Amino acid sequence: MAMKSKGVKIAILSGKGGTGKTLVSVNLASIAEKSVYIDCDVEEPNGHLFFKPEKVREEIISVKIPVINESLCNGCRKCVEFCKFNALAFIKNKPYVFEEVCHSCGGCMLLCPEKAIGEQEKPIGKVQEGVSGNVSVHTGIMNTGEASGIPIIKNLLNESILDKELPVFVDCPPGSACIVMESIKDADYCILVAEPTVFGVHNLSMVYDLVRLFKKPHGVVLNKCLDGENPAETFCMENNIPILGRIPFDNELGTLNSDAKIAARESKRYKALFSSLLETVMKEVRHETTVNPQR
Amino acid sequence: MKQLLILSGKGGTGKTTIASAFIKLSVAKAYADCDVDAPNLHLIMAQNSEPERTDYFGMPKAEIDVDKCIECGLCKENCRFDAISDENGFKVDSFACEGCGVCEAVCPADAVSLKPAVAGELMLYADNNKVFSTAQLKMGSGTSGKLVTEVKKQMKTAASADTKLAIIDGSPGIGCPVIASLSGVNMVLIVAEPSISGISDMERIIKTAETFRTKIGVCINKHDTNSANTEKIEEFCKEKGLPFTGRIPFDPEAVKAINNGQTIVDVDCPSGSAVKEVFNSTMKLLFKESDGAET
Repeated sequence: MAMKSKGVKIAILSGKGGTGKTLVSVNLASIAEKSVYIDCDVEEPNGHLFFKPEKVREEIISVKIPVINESLCNGCRKCVEFCKFNALAFIKNKPYVFEEVCHSCGGCMLLCPEKAIGEQEKPIGKVQEGVSGNVSVHTGIMNTGEASGIPIIKNLLNESILDKELPVFVDCPPGSACIVMESIKDADYCILVAEPTVFGVHNLSMVYDLVRLFKKPHGVVLNKCLDGENPAETFCMENNIPILGRIPFDNELGTLNSDAKIAARESKRYKALFSSLLETVMKEVRHETTVNPQR
Repeated sequence: MKQLLILSGKGGTGKTTIASAFIKLSVAKAYADCDVDAPNLHLIMAQNSEPERTDYFGMPKAEIDVDKCIECGLCKENCRFDAISDENGFKVDSFACEGCGVCEAVCPADAVSLKPAVAGELMLYADNNKVFSTAQLKMGSGTSGKLVTEVKKQMKTAASADTKLAIIDGSPGIGCPVIASLSGVNMVLIVAEPSISGISDMERIIKTAETFRTKIGVCINKHDTNSANTEKIEEFCKEKGLPFTGRIPFDPEAVKAINNGQTIVDVDCPSGSAVKEVFNSTMKLLFKESDGAET
C-alpha cells in the first residue's frame, strides 16, 4: 500500500484567534526539509511577515460582477426579483448593481430575457508566491472593505500548487464558519491549536466538532502552557483527543514571535521542540493514512 | 444610545477581556457579542436567567427532488459554487450552497427548490434591567454578517429607552461580520497587540473602519511584551491623528480571573487598574460632541 507522507496536506486551525496558528504553521514549515506554506487567513495574513519571502510573484484575484447595458434593458425587473442577495434594484427607470452584496452567482445574466446583462471582473484581493529558504510561501490578501475572501482561498488551494510531492501546511482563518471549512476541505490532517483559557476551550470544542463533521483526523497542540491546571488539556483528556505537543509560555518565544522572527530558525531549543512536534504529526498522519487509505 | 464597538483585526488581542471589563465599569444596560462565529462573552458575563432563544435562518439551501430530476446536468453546469455533485444522482452540498437560486431557475423539470435552513441561534438574556444579545452561528455556515446584524437589532429592540451606552464585542478579521458590526456604531475601540503581526492587522482594521467614517480610538494590550512595537503603535496613532486611549500590561492574573469567570476589574490586578484608565479616556472620546476638535 502506498504510504502518503510526502504530498500530505496539514491544516492548522483553532477557532479562537491569537492562539498560535501562525506560530505553529510557520515553524513546522520551516523545520520540514522542503515544504509549502499557505496562508488562508486572507483577512489578516501574517505568515509572510515571518517568512519575508523573496522573488514574490503576484496575481490579482477577481470576482465577476454584473454590468447592465441600459440601452438593452426594458425594465422587466426579472433580475431584481431573482437576486436573493438584493444586489440589484430598478430605481427611477434605471437598473442598479450593488457590487458589495453581489455573490457573483451569474443568475441575473442567465435570466435576462433581453440579454442586457454582462459581467466584468472586480478585483477583491491578491495571491502572492515567494521563497523563504526551504519554504515556498503562498499568501492570500483580501482588499480591505471586501466581505468575503473565499474566492482567494479557492485560488490558493488550487490543485496545481498542491500536486507537488512536498508537505503542505495550511494556516487557516480563525472561527468555524464557511471560510474555515473551505480551508480544511482537502486537508489530510488537522492540527488544532489551543490556549489554556476557558475562551480557548470553548472555541476548541467548536473546531473539534468541525473536524469531526468533516471526518478529518486530528490532534491538538497546547500553546502558551503555564504551570497549573490547563482547561484545554482537560478537554483533550475527556474527549480522547491526541495531544501532539506542548509549547510553553515563555518570554524568549514571545519576543521572537512578536518581532515576527521564526523561532525554529533562531533558537536551538525551539528548533528541537518543533522538530519533535513535526515528527509526532507525521507519525499520526502516516498512521491515519494507512488506517483510512481512501484519503 | 451610544454604541461602542471593540475590534482588533487580529484575534486573541483581548477584545472580550476588555469588553467585559468595560461592561462592569460602565454598568452598561445593553451589550452584545458580535463574534457569532466564536462567541465568548457569555462565558464571563454570568447570567441569572435562561436566555430567550430564536432560530436564525440564513440563506435558503437548494434541494433536488430525485424523482423529478431528469439528470440533464444544467444545475451543476450553472452553479458557480461547485455545490452540486453527480455521483449517484444529482445532489446539493448544503455547505457549499449559497442559496442563489440559479439551479432552481435553470432546472427544466422543476426538480429543484429552495428550502429554509437554520444557520444559527440567537440568544437574548434580559434580567435586572439589562439586555445581553448574543448568537452562535452553526458550524460551517456562511452569512455571518446577516446574523451579526440580527444580534445588534435584537439588542436595540430589547434595550430600554433610557439606555445611554451599549458595548459591543466584535469579531476578528476585516470581512463580512466585521463590516456588519461596524454599521451604525458611534465609535470603534481597537485593541492592538505590540507584535509585527498585530501592527499589520491593526492597520488593516483601521483602513476598514475608516471607510465607515466611524470615530476610532486605539489602546494596546500586553504592552510590556514588546516595548519597541508598543512605541511603533503609539507613533503610528500620532501620525494618523488617531486618539490613543491607553496601555494595558500583560498580566497572568488576567488569565486566572477569566478562567474563574470573572472580569479583570472584579479582582485587584495590574491589568484591571490599567483598563480603568483606558475606559475613562474611551468614554470621554465616545461622549465628546462630534462637532468638536476631533474633526
